[in-house]
Amino acid sequence: MNEAFEILFTASFWVAAIRIASPLIFATMGELICERAGVLNLGIEGIMVAGAFSGWFTVYMGGDLWTGVLVAALTGAMFGLLHGFLTVPLGLSQHVTGIGITLLAASLTYFTYRILLPEVSSPPKIEPFQPFAVPVLSDIPVLGPALFNQTPLTYLAYFTVAAVAFVFYRTPVGVAVRAVGENPSAVEAQGISVTAVRIGAVMVGSALMAIGGAFLTMSAFNSFFFEMINGRGWIAIALVVFGSWRPGKALIGAILFAAFDAYQVRLQQITGGVIPYQIFLMMPFVLSIVALVVVARRATYPKALMIPYQKGER
Amino acid sequence: MDANNGPEAETVLRLSGITKRFGPLVANDAISLSLKRGEVVALLGENGAGKTTLMNILFGHYTADEGEIEVFGKTLPPGDPHAALAAGIGMVHQHFTLADQMTVLENIVLGTRPLWSFNLGKSAARDKIRRLAVDYGLEVDPDRMITELSVGERQRVEILKALYREARILILDEPTAVLTPMETEALFATLAKLVAAGLSVIFISHKLGEVQAVSDRVVVLRGGKLAGERKTSEATRRELAELMVGGQLPVNKIGPASPRNCLFELKGVSTRSLGGAALKQISMQLRGGEITGLAGISGNGQAALAALISGTLESVEGDILVHGEKAERWSPGAALERGLGRIPEDRHATGMIGDMSVAENVISEAYRSPRFSRFGFLNWKAAADFATDIIKAYDVKCPSPDARVRLLSGGNMQKLILGRALDGDPDIILASQPTRGLDVGAVAYVHARLIEARDRGAAVLLISEDLDEIQTLSDRILVIHRGQLSRPSLRGELSVMQLGELMAGHGHDEGASHAA
Repeated sequence: MNEAFEILFTASFWVAAIRIASPLIFATMGELICERAGVLNLGIEGIMVAGAFSGWFTVYMGGDLWTGVLVAALTGAMFGLLHGFLTVPLGLSQHVTGIGITLLAASLTYFTYRILLPEVSSPPKIEPFQPFAVPVLSDIPVLGPALFNQTPLTYLAYFTVAAVAFVFYRTPVGVAVRAVGENPSAVEAQGISVTAVRIGAVMVGSALMAIGGAFLTMSAFNSFFFEMINGRGWIAIALVVFGSWRPGKALIGAILFAAFDAYQVRLQQITGGVIPYQIFLMMPFVLSIVALVVVARRATYPKALMIPYQKGER
Repeated sequence: MDANNGPEAETVLRLSGITKRFGPLVANDAISLSLKRGEVVALLGENGAGKTTLMNILFGHYTADEGEIEVFGKTLPPGDPHAALAAGIGMVHQHFTLADQMTVLENIVLGTRPLWSFNLGKSAARDKIRRLAVDYGLEVDPDRMITELSVGERQRVEILKALYREARILILDEPTAVLTPMETEALFATLAKLVAAGLSVIFISHKLGEVQAVSDRVVVLRGGKLAGERKTSEATRRELAELMVGGQLPVNKIGPASPRNCLFELKGVSTRSLGGAALKQISMQLRGGEITGLAGISGNGQAALAALISGTLESVEGDILVHGEKAERWSPGAALERGLGRIPEDRHATGMIGDMSVAENVISEAYRSPRFSRFGFLNWKAAADFATDIIKAYDVKCPSPDARVRLLSGGNMQKLILGRALDGDPDIILASQPTRGLDVGAVAYVHARLIEARDRGAAVLLISEDLDEIQTLSDRILVIHRGQLSRPSLRGELSVMQLGELMAGHGHDEGASHAA
């Protein structure tokens, strides 16, 4: 039992936790932006698949790593544009459209993968992002290596949270995005286009989701394989609720979930097969449901979430 | 340039020949009007007369099919709210356009700065808002969340939004509908200050008293057409009313009440909240042959009371007595069985099912009775006959019992509900906002039927936010505030201002919640 407790104080545990958290942070911020603008984006799972593949493939074809990230982001933004176009000006059901986008993006990706790389039996590899130790900060015991001896994409994830928070609460465009998710007619009445703000938010959000996917192929691992997103998109949707639609709280949620995940892997090792390993696999999900029940019951969600806005509707 | 509105004052706004169609409906038919500097023009008309449509065209929410708008001598591009704002038009909508979980400040600065800048300019904005608030009597704390504000304060935010953008023309759409009498007075004082500062105001309303109190000129719309235009000082109330209705105004006569025994009683009943305030140990009696009016500002427990009486909300303490007997399990079914006629507050949400037929809707409370079903099969013939009876007796304009309810106008839908609720002469009638959104003719009709029910001995509870209605119909008036009732007052005992004070919570001492 003592052993199980000591894991919490090892640097390697926290390094793993932050690494697992990074793609979730991108995805959660992406979903959060969409939902704050009033658009539920269930395309997230598929968009992450598409981002994972397009970023990786760019590098595989000889592109720069950062070019890969950019391509992933653009791929995500394109799917975001599609989702936005269908749900905002056309006002289609956000649920149905989102599931459609997920199926489309994932299937299209697997199809493209098969077309472009028909001959391979084992997944080809790329040279991924390498950890970069931030001088001084990474020397702090335990937390130093965990937070500051990561790949640049993880640092980008931290920056994304700060940027989202800053834009939301300190800039005119952020106020517009929040207002459009609360009451679109408030935005319309102030002379701003609801459609433009919503589509823009969905595109930016989707780009972040795609970068989250690309993290897996370009930073956590070094190749693309099927099923690698494995529900992370759905977890991000739960994390947005857990975080009450606030970037800071959502970040904490993402790290918490990742820590559960990293912890269960290590617990599996020390219990040595006495407890079936499926119990441990289940643990992060069970704990996140419990946390969700506790935290999110009183959350105030964006008022206009999932409500299409039609200008001049009677 | 001075701010008076003599004939030489500058014309700031001119609408010419505005026409707008929604499918076959002509909402605005070649309407022209003008507005001078420092002038308050009242736009008077019934619901559906085209007032709101006209103003939405002016503000660019809708695009007119024909006609032209000139602001300060320049043509306004149609269908562009941004252009309307830039030209100096500010609009205060009937349904506020505020983002609730954001601060007053954020709502006001929204859209006033270029979207792509790194600064909200909060401190400068805060100063400007405070200055405007002081100048025009619009006190509200810029850093509070909209959710924390009262309805009156929210309206001030809406006006501040327009003033912050240097609006020169202010359009107020039914601004007093949601206000208490005191808040209305304060609004009128603000309008006077705005006009003195050279702004021009269009005041949309269907309340004659207000129109006479605030405007310089009245423009009357009827059925989408311009029905007439008068100087307020030269027009009588009767003349305006007849212009608005297009004929003689129907008048209901209400005789003195002859109250009988108590048919329905609440004793120290509390409930949980239903969005607004929860009921706190309220006691009330509804007597046969009497209309009891419940006045109050929306959200003070009216919804909970209506739900409690209908049986959809359970009490957490206290007793419900029907015909003097304690009702042990009060449910919607029990309420209908004991003879409750129910006119729900929101005819679209809880009164009728829009996508179902008239016949289906009229039997929706009684479909299990032997009259409409046998051995578990519905008797459609009886349902259609019942619907036809209501259509005839209540003068409902609808093509057939098979027509979908969605296609009916508000007034006709309300008549159907009235027919359903009053069928079989119920003893106890719960009428929640029975005339909300109806035109004068339909209002008079609903009132007449309620008076009729009273006169045959039914106990009527009228819940309304319209004080005029409460005062016209009620034999006894109760005021609800934060889930507690005032002492009852008799017809004519209290003035509008006194009722307003009770509505605002003055004089609601603790013991007063036990209304006899």
